[in-house]
Amino acid sequence: MNGPFRKLDRQDGVSRRDLVVGATLAGGALLVGCSPADLMSAGSKVDVGAFGPFIRFDPDGAVTVLSKHIEFGQGNHAGLGAIVAEELDADWSRVKVLHAPANAKLYANGGMGIQLTGGSSAISNSWEQLRKAGAGARAMFVQAAATRWNVPADQITVKDGVVSGGGKSAGFGELIADAAKVAPPENPTLKDPKTFTLIGTDRVRRKDSLIKSNGSARYTQDVQLPDMLVAMVAHAPRFGGTVKSFDADEAKKVAGVVDVYEIPTGVAVVADNTYAARMGREALKVEWDEGKVETRGSATIAQQWRDIAAGKGPADLKWEAFDSKGDASVASGGKGSEVFETTYDFPYLAHATMEPMNCVAIVDGNKVKLIHGSQAQTLDQMNAAKIVKTLPGSVEIETLYAGGSFGRRANFPSDYVAECVTIAQKVGKGRPVKLVWTREDDMRAGFFRPLVHHAVRVRVDKDGYPASWRHRIVTQSIMKDSPMKAKGPDQTAIEGTAGSPYLKATPIVDAQLATPEGGVPVLWWRSVGATHTAFVMEHTIDQLALKAGKDPVEYRRVLYAKAGEHGARHLAALNLAVEKAGPTPTPGFTRGVAVHESFGSVVAQVAEVKLVDGEPRVGRVVTAIDCGLAVAPDQVAAQVEGGTCYGLSAALYGEVTLTDGRVDQSNFDTYRVLRMNEAPVVETHVVPSGNPPSGVGEPGTPVIAPAVANALLALSKTPTGRLPFVRAQA
Amino acid sequence: MTSTLDINGKSVAVKAAPETPLLWVLRDELGLTGTKFGCGMAQCGACTVHVNGDPVRSCVTPIAALAGAKIATIESLGGTHPLQQAWVKHDVPQCGYCQSGQIMSAAALLASTKSPSDADIDNAMSGNICRCGTYQRIRAAIKDAAGLTAAPVVAAPAAAKPTASNDIDDEIAAASGSTGRGVGQ
Repeated sequence: MNGPFRKLDRQDGVSRRDLVVGATLAGGALLVGCSPADLMSAGSKVDVGAFGPFIRFDPDGAVTVLSKHIEFGQGNHAGLGAIVAEELDADWSRVKVLHAPANAKLYANGGMGIQLTGGSSAISNSWEQLRKAGAGARAMFVQAAATRWNVPADQITVKDGVVSGGGKSAGFGELIADAAKVAPPENPTLKDPKTFTLIGTDRVRRKDSLIKSNGSARYTQDVQLPDMLVAMVAHAPRFGGTVKSFDADEAKKVAGVVDVYEIPTGVAVVADNTYAARMGREALKVEWDEGKVETRGSATIAQQWRDIAAGKGPADLKWEAFDSKGDASVASGGKGSEVFETTYDFPYLAHATMEPMNCVAIVDGNKVKLIHGSQAQTLDQMNAAKIVKTLPGSVEIETLYAGGSFGRRANFPSDYVAECVTIAQKVGKGRPVKLVWTREDDMRAGFFRPLVHHAVRVRVDKDGYPASWRHRIVTQSIMKDSPMKAKGPDQTAIEGTAGSPYLKATPIVDAQLATPEGGVPVLWWRSVGATHTAFVMEHTIDQLALKAGKDPVEYRRVLYAKAGEHGARHLAALNLAVEKAGPTPTPGFTRGVAVHESFGSVVAQVAEVKLVDGEPRVGRVVTAIDCGLAVAPDQVAAQVEGGTCYGLSAALYGEVTLTDGRVDQSNFDTYRVLRMNEAPVVETHVVPSGNPPSGVGEPGTPVIAPAVANALLALSKTPTGRLPFVRAQA
Repeated sequence: MTSTLDINGKSVAVKAAPETPLLWVLRDELGLTGTKFGCGMAQCGACTVHVNGDPVRSCVTPIAALAGAKIATIESLGGTHPLQQAWVKHDVPQCGYCQSGQIMSAAALLASTKSPSDADIDNAMSGNICRCGTYQRIRAAIKDAAGLTAAPVVAAPAAAKPTASNDIDDEIAAASGSTGRGVGQ
């Protein structure tokens, strides 16, 4: 999901105050003199054990690490568990990782101030916190053993969950009671990373592979509780529509249908089981009030964005500058062969998680329990609390595995969670309600990656390198009106163009963002701004190299050198990827290269592409990633493999279109996604680094699209001005 | 009204109406939740089960069509099936939601084709979507389970040993309370 939170909260000093306001409104109470975390966790009854909020021990010495972050595929539970196990010197085979409860004070994301998994930050924001937690617990066991055996603490050692010293040894289990009485050290000594025996090794494997291979892993969709009802909701066909009237007579005749309610987002049918809810909803007749709906089609919106970029937008539309330097009139001037101009169009994208959105809620008076794949527990607590008028911290959340998210399960209004809470409140009396969205509901509900337009104008110097760079981005803002909106341009719209080493290497830059209003709900989508900025920057570079008659790898090397420290990691990643790819492409394939930094990590890819029946087919993809210290190297590879597929799927086929405001796609027959026979073979090489861990879940996603476009440019000399590469059947 | 189904070797009486898709009978009535709901129209394969040994999308298969048929779900594989062992060995799952269906499709493939080629795997597995993109590990695990030498598609990442000594701690100190190394620096 997205990195900007980190920046917004800390760098721009925003959002905490706004969140206080949000929490206050949410709680319906005004608490004076409390910190935001106090406020957002007010009413919480989460217990903290003797070893702190992250570590528990079974009586037999087995270790449970509590993860404040949801596991929905990223493999973060492997890495988080390993960080604790390393400092604790636990037996890795006896460590399990479970989801922590919801509590904004105990389990806030260190970069955001609320409990939220996103911005590829699970490992990086937990790194110091969990090292200290593991080392602190270890010190408590050491002290307990020293006291029991009357041996100096510095002569006690711990290995694989066994504490030894003075000729004696004991497992964690035998020492728990004593260790729990030792005061936790404030600043426990952390290991020298050179002495790590688990972190950074291939022993750090997933803990959930078996339960995810035998059907026993529990997702929201699988929750079954006594007396539970299943709800489905008829939603308005266009964004902004509301219920005018409805006729539930036929729906109520469907066997198993229990009741029908009007709710703010539509009409809810509750039933004894999922199939009955679905049949009941089909029998429902709803008339919609479309007085305030978004009626534009996506083609109309795209044309408006193009007009705005071309200076033909509304006079009152604000432009916000970023990364700009030098005389802007120079960037607008020049003509002829020294000028390169191009534009890019990117469509709306659906997250299309395998598990459509769903939630289980139990509401009894103002008591709420949620059971679901919660990506932003604090937001879900605040939104639920607002509905039932209680304190956010009192909203209990049992976080489950989610069948993917890619950003979708975290959004400011907690859309599907709020819908479920609303229905469960109507049902009341503590009766559990499982809200199930069908694939069609999920596809049409919005929260898409926004439709984006870029216009680029580069003047080159006599050697063919950028002398000035004019850049216009037009897109609906994700962060606008959110409690986390920062001052200045929406980082989620510009990140990746903003901060680009190519702009650092260019003497004159005039870069601006416009964020016109739109009625389509938009949201971060795996790698957020980089989903389009990486494409624009990297494909522009190859077109400039072509224009200059230079090799695109060499062209980049020159620009990275010009960018100095801002290009050093890019250069190292590029060099490693090129080296590992070797000199010769697979016969029949053409290579394209792209490099991009996101979430603190730099990814370089060499992709081999050929055309099959007119469609690009990607074979081998050689990747180099600089993600700081790779805590779980095999999971870094897994995320690069998966992220590449996710990015390639969107680049090849991904496109949500609207006709008169109605979403045209509904299921995987109309929203094509990458399948086995189209999947590339991705090789992952980690750039050795002495830096702490940086993002892994997202940085592998945005690089493949420009790498493919660059291969096609090399193959056919034809640039790609819009995605997806393969248009849907007409 | 009840129907009788043969599921995982047991005869089971179910109350659902005959037109009810098998998926919802398995999940809601019988509590066999390993079989997943993904699309409801046989597009994604998350609901794949075996009917008389053939892979079938349970989301579009009404139970009326299943009288006398032998139905097998992911739960019938027990957890030690060679494919499940290979799935664990290769750490195939990410979010995991599609993997029951993937494994059931793969199990049907291996039952009929002992040594599947890449083309066989493409043909058998292209009806199963994985949005996390675990395809290359699925391919490797199928080959492994088939006793074949897996193609080196799951490349071992280059050594990423912790290198510098104090750098990490210094960086952490610098990062804590600041932005860390965020985007676009």
